[in-house]
Amino acid sequence: MSFLSVNQVSKQYDDHIALSEVSFEVPRKSIFGLLGPNGAGKTSLIRIINRITAPDSGMVSLKGKDLSLTDTSLIGYLPEERGLYKKMKVGEQALYLSMLKGMDKHDAIVELRKWFEKLNLEGWWNKPVEDLSKGMAQKLQFIVTVVHRPKLLILDEPFSGFDPINTRLIKEEILKLNRKGTTVIFSTHNMESVEEICDRIALINKSKKILEGSLGEIKQNFTANKIRLQFKGNMIAFTNAMWTGCELLSSSGEKNINTVEIKLRGEVTKQQMLQAVLPHIELISMNDVVPSMNDIFIEAVDQYNQQGNE
Amino acid sequence: MNKIRLIISREYLSRIRKRSFIIMTILGPLLMAAIMIVPVWLSLRDVDVQIIQVVDETYAFYQEFEDKSTTMFDYSEEGIIKAKAEFFNTNYTAILYIPRNTYSSPGAIRLFHKKQPSQRTLNYINNTIGNVIERDRIRIKYDVKISELKALKPEIDVLTISLDESGVEEESFAMLNMIIGFSGAILIYVFIFLYGVQVMRGVIEEKTNRIIEVIISSVKPFQLMLGKILGIALVGLTQFLLWVMLTSVIVGTAQAFLTDSSKKIMTEQQRMEAFIPEDADQAPVGRDPENIMAELNQNLELVNFPLLFFCFVFYFLGGYLLYGALFAAIGSAVDSEADTQQFMFPITVPLILAFVLAQSVIANPDGALAFWFSIIPLTSPIIMMVRIPFGVHYTEVLLSMGLLIATFIAFTWMAGRIYRTGILMYGKKTSYREIWKWLFYRE
Repeated sequence: MSFLSVNQVSKQYDDHIALSEVSFEVPRKSIFGLLGPNGAGKTSLIRIINRITAPDSGMVSLKGKDLSLTDTSLIGYLPEERGLYKKMKVGEQALYLSMLKGMDKHDAIVELRKWFEKLNLEGWWNKPVEDLSKGMAQKLQFIVTVVHRPKLLILDEPFSGFDPINTRLIKEEILKLNRKGTTVIFSTHNMESVEEICDRIALINKSKKILEGSLGEIKQNFTANKIRLQFKGNMIAFTNAMWTGCELLSSSGEKNINTVEIKLRGEVTKQQMLQAVLPHIELISMNDVVPSMNDIFIEAVDQYNQQGNE
Repeated sequence: MNKIRLIISREYLSRIRKRSFIIMTILGPLLMAAIMIVPVWLSLRDVDVQIIQVVDETYAFYQEFEDKSTTMFDYSEEGIIKAKAEFFNTNYTAILYIPRNTYSSPGAIRLFHKKQPSQRTLNYINNTIGNVIERDRIRIKYDVKISELKALKPEIDVLTISLDESGVEEESFAMLNMIIGFSGAILIYVFIFLYGVQVMRGVIEEKTNRIIEVIISSVKPFQLMLGKILGIALVGLTQFLLWVMLTSVIVGTAQAFLTDSSKKIMTEQQRMEAFIPEDADQAPVGRDPENIMAELNQNLELVNFPLLFFCFVFYFLGGYLLYGALFAAIGSAVDSEADTQQFMFPITVPLILAFVLAQSVIANPDGALAFWFSIIPLTSPIIMMVRIPFGVHYTEVLLSMGLLIATFIAFTWMAGRIYRTGILMYGKKTSYREIWKWLFYRE
């Protein structure tokens, strides 16, 4: 069941198109990766989902209801460019931001105290924000994003500025919230963390959505014809045997053992490829090359940009 | 609504607690009180006394010059040559030389001085000599006695009365009205600037801090802008009320103290006068300080303070809200305070113009200039404040107030549209053309 659905959303500024007819579905309780190169239109889209700006056309609906009618307290938003009032005290500031999200004062204090303890910020309540280190300020921002128990979390580069320990801490908290039923939209350029925590992704490039699906499906589509082989035997003989149906991507050899990566051309199947090369080599292992999200990102964007140029 | 209240209270509390606010609140009244007290104190305390040696060859001016608190006259029997020769061995600060031929050619009178006497002293000397010569000429020509002439001279102090259409006569005290009107105008001018700029700074702070994006995911930009403007308005009102209270306490205390010491000085003067043989029937020239004080108090009672206070608060709020919205719009359009110059200009021009015009308006509070600029909303808060103590017909005040309200609503609406786009624009130089476009963006 889809929790948030973005339907044919377009947005244009003066001289450039930020989004054109972007649609995707974010399933309930999923962690959804919203990816794209710089300037692709992600921030515009996130602002539209947050009701900070409105689309020129199209609609965003939350649980089937028009977003413009639903309360902002359902959403927790951690923007990429984030800041705090420097002169305010940590606790006061957290309280102010939670109450702006509609929490009552007492409830907010109780919840904030819990979170302060969880993220090792206790003892900072009465200190001015400007005394916080960058990492601690980021933690405070994370806390005020989640403290009002939003149903939808939108996190834009949530790990930037964190050391590996704190990154792990925040990642665990995000996953915990997700297990408790929070749907998360996660925007980042860090593809490793996408692979680690996302269920589904949408890739936006030049104002258009160019890829959407579950992480597994997408990888499947991009793996279909890349294979890594390890064999004993003559490298030249191997190349001669496979060249009609395959493309050699890379090769390396140590003593008598060679490792190659090949790409099957067109309709050629693994079966046909094996029949061609097996007479000449002794096969040690064969497996599909699973591309990293990084590769997929680059390939998808490159492909799209080339099409656009043609 | 609840969220606006939250924003207002944050803006208010965070500013009230600032050290600079507390310092300003204490220093402001001290400064204002100083402005009011120091001149009085100085005049009472002036140790800079001129002692003028009068060398009168006509013997007509004996005892005609009266000693003042800052000027004493000593009548000398010496000739001018001797007096001049000994001048620097005496403690006289000046020699007034009235030569024998004064009555035929008064231009021959000279004042030799070590220290330049004040214009007031000179005026006094000129008037006195003029009066005596005139009196003597009349006396000789028409053969009347000095006492008769003196009896003819009336004591004049014109009381000005403004007559309004309903026929009610209102005594007015032009000088006092000027002071009240002008100080009200100055206060409004200063407050609009002081707090308008605070609105702008607040907006820029939120923008450069990038906290803006967090906040407008919870509230509408318009709510944030309004909350900020209203919160700061409350800060301004708080400061104003504290100033009024503290200033009146300080001035009140000082007044009690000064009245006391001025009485002391007066009794000394009276004691000195007692030694001078004088015609008993001579009427007192000039007004003594106690009379002035009483008169001032009496006139202050005539001033309609509740009305003035209401108008001040109204025009302060109206003017501030109008300009505050513009300042907020500017803040949203720029990335740092350094970039505000080009947008500040058109806002400061009407304010400064109003401030400059205030002086001509005081001279002619019912003229066409005064009327129009107290109706035009961009200048009305300052100009109308100048006019009100002089009495303005209520239809004019209502028209001016109505227009001010309508304009600030329109400006706030416009500023809101600029603001909601501007706060999300980072790192781009904004032009007027662009701001114009922002006005028409769809929400």
